[in-house]
Amino acid sequence: MTSADFLMSFNVVREHDTVIVEMDGQLVVTNRQEFKQAIVDEMERGARLVVIDFTNSAYIDSSGLGALVSLGKRLREQGGDLRLAGLNDDLRTLFELTRLDTLFPLYANRDDAVASR
Amino acid sequence: MTRSLRAEAMTKRRRVHANRTEPVIVRRSWTITSDIAHIGGVVDAVTNFCMAAGFSSRLCRLNVPVALTEALSNAIISGNGSDPTREVRIIAAMEAESLLLEVTDEGDGFDANLVSQSPNDADWLERESGRGLYLMRALMDHVDSRREPSPRGHTVQLRLRRA
Repeated sequence: MTSADFLMSFNVVREHDTVIVEMDGQLVVTNRQEFKQAIVDEMERGARLVVIDFTNSAYIDSSGLGALVSLGKRLREQGGDLRLAGLNDDLRTLFELTRLDTLFPLYANRDDAVASR
Repeated sequence: MTRSLRAEAMTKRRRVHANRTEPVIVRRSWTITSDIAHIGGVVDAVTNFCMAAGFSSRLCRLNVPVALTEALSNAIISGNGSDPTREVRIIAAMEAESLLLEVTDEGDGFDANLVSQSPNDADWLERESGRGLYLMRALMDHVDSRREPSPRGHTVQLRLRRA
């Protein structure tokens, strides 16, 4: 794979009404539509709690942040929640800079995010 | 460097220390077509440039990639309207104590000094877009923009100090 061919990937793991999205790579303008649509599809299948695991992700741009804001709003309107887990210090800084840490609960890991229901 | 990125237009090398045997790249430039698929390749290359110049890992892994991604997506989508016949030029240059990045598109551009984006905006936590310029300013030491008369275009300039 060459650098220009680089794309992030993500795995979607579903268990009842909980969905865990394992990110691998950056959530940026290049892939945010695909990311967003995958979660919207899961919501239409009944997902109400969505946990995004950023353990293997280094950064997010404003498009990625916008996608999270939009999805979080949609989930909360349906009585659900969007939770973020596994953020490294850099990613946490990004959420603090943008004050989006006030919008999303940030968890150390996905187990904590799911368990706090 | 990949086939989908046009070959680098310029790579200037010079010896920065008389006793250093290896040449050091102090300036790199790229030209890409207006396709967001090219962003990753340029960002990776500039991140490596930043690391090779001795900037901290934090600056190279967070500040530079995010700010540059913002500038590139603005240039490709807003500046060039994703028109594949239009190009975006990128320059990364090491100056005395700072990294200079310039992203030039073929659009009419905007005056960065006239655009206000702030977490204090009433709809900040609700809106899906409108955080890009804020992020650039928060992650870089200086952000500026200028119109290019010939060839016509618009340049966003990002500057990051080493420390």
